[in-house]
Amino acid sequence: MIKATDLVKTFGDFTAVNGVSFEVQKGEIFAFLGPNGAGKTTTIKMLTTLLKPTSGHIQLDGLDPTVQQNEARRRFGIVFQDPSLDGELTAYENMDIHAVLYHVPRRVRAERIEFLLNTFELWVRRKDLVKTFSGGMKRRLEIARGFLHTPKILFLDEPTLGLDPQSRNQLWTEVKNLNQSEGVTVFLTTHYMDEADRVAERIAIIDHGRIVAQGSSQQLKEQTSSESLEGAFLALTGSSIRDEKASSADQLRQMARMWGSKR
Amino acid sequence: MTAIYILWLRELKRYVRSRAQIVASLGQPLLYLLALGFGLEPVFRKAGNGSYMQFVAPGVIGMTVLFSSIFSGIGLLWDRQFGFLKETLVAPVPRIRIMTGKALGGATVAILQGLLVVIVCLLVGFRPRSVAAIPIAIVFMALIATVFASLGIAIGSKLENMQGFQLIMNFLVMPIFFLSGALFPLANLPRPLAAVTSLDPLSYGIDGLRAALIGTSQFGITTDILILCCVAILLMALGSYFFSKIQL
Repeated sequence: MIKATDLVKTFGDFTAVNGVSFEVQKGEIFAFLGPNGAGKTTTIKMLTTLLKPTSGHIQLDGLDPTVQQNEARRRFGIVFQDPSLDGELTAYENMDIHAVLYHVPRRVRAERIEFLLNTFELWVRRKDLVKTFSGGMKRRLEIARGFLHTPKILFLDEPTLGLDPQSRNQLWTEVKNLNQSEGVTVFLTTHYMDEADRVAERIAIIDHGRIVAQGSSQQLKEQTSSESLEGAFLALTGSSIRDEKASSADQLRQMARMWGSKR
Repeated sequence: MTAIYILWLRELKRYVRSRAQIVASLGQPLLYLLALGFGLEPVFRKAGNGSYMQFVAPGVIGMTVLFSSIFSGIGLLWDRQFGFLKETLVAPVPRIRIMTGKALGGATVAILQGLLVVIVCLLVGFRPRSVAAIPIAIVFMALIATVFASLGIAIGSKLENMQGFQLIMNFLVMPIFFLSGALFPLANLPRPLAAVTSLDPLSYGIDGLRAALIGTSQFGITTDILILCCVAILLMALGSYFFSKIQL
């Protein structure tokens, strides 16, 4: 379903992604695990048509997203790291706009929105403005929205960052259910070990733009003779803290936190 | 088509729901009208130019449309990282449609805001020369809104961070306003100033508004319309080019 071959992305003389290759089977839940600055978000952006790879090939459901952009976009949904909901609109309106933008046929729209809002327990709040939602509710709404157009693939970029354990648990239960019932392939990035361990069938550990190891959680633990996935991860990526320059995105994120946007 | 409609509708909904903001944004025009309108009235009259209130009201209306439309475009900057725009940019919809929906929505909101200021002007004592003047004034408001919504989108698409925003405000938007004849007549200006004001697209918009509402015009109503249309088309092209190049 997803195939990446020798993906490279350079920004000037900085190489963010340096020859990444992997394959994800249909219906699989696949996780990209890596420290800050490893290249996870850059890789997801390349897979989802937001960035053009400097070199390398991508196949999504048989299509090349760099060539057949809009066709490829219909096949996947994405939940970004930063919220992309419109806080001044209601939950229902946010879902509705997504439905229109993704060409969900009118007859099916209302039904599908109702089904997903119910699945993620947001139906009662459908007429409330999204700015009144808690961080966990906003995340659930975004994920519900990602499933709206029955995509073949769902991309989740650090989906549970900042959420409490109950919200995280509930969220993954619902995602796994939809993965089972609708056969949606799930590709997620995270640096929560327990999550990757519990949720993902296969994991790729990425560091400094390269995949350091790939396999199921069990395989990775065996490979590094570690007791836990965290041990395996640290063994593979080292314990040094990753310092990075605050990008303009980070600065804006800080400003948003200052101005009270809840996460 | 439905994509354009729903994005246009979104801008309208956001405007209508921000009641506190709507009232607050009427503060500045009101201030200009009351302070300058009444303050400069005696001086203006003494210079033989008639009522300053009548003169400055179209300028204040134009100012409202300018700021409202430019900000709708510049709001792109924040929206890009934090909001809804990312959702639209990754959707299977051609970017030109996204931009059109947003530009039309921003322009419509600017016109609505302008109409509210017209009401404020009427309350303060401004009298247009006839009721028929209002539709023509709306045409000019629409032209100004389109020009500056497109400019705002071009700027919002190009800027990387909020620091640039301050620069733009002080070195682009404020000069556009002050050098447009909104606050002072463009006749008999010293040559350099006359040259600069004639390069400002807003000058033709304000001139058109004055021609419609109080019957005086520096450039002539046809020139105004022609120039505004040309600049609008140019800026729409520029705006859509920069918008299409946004990389998240």
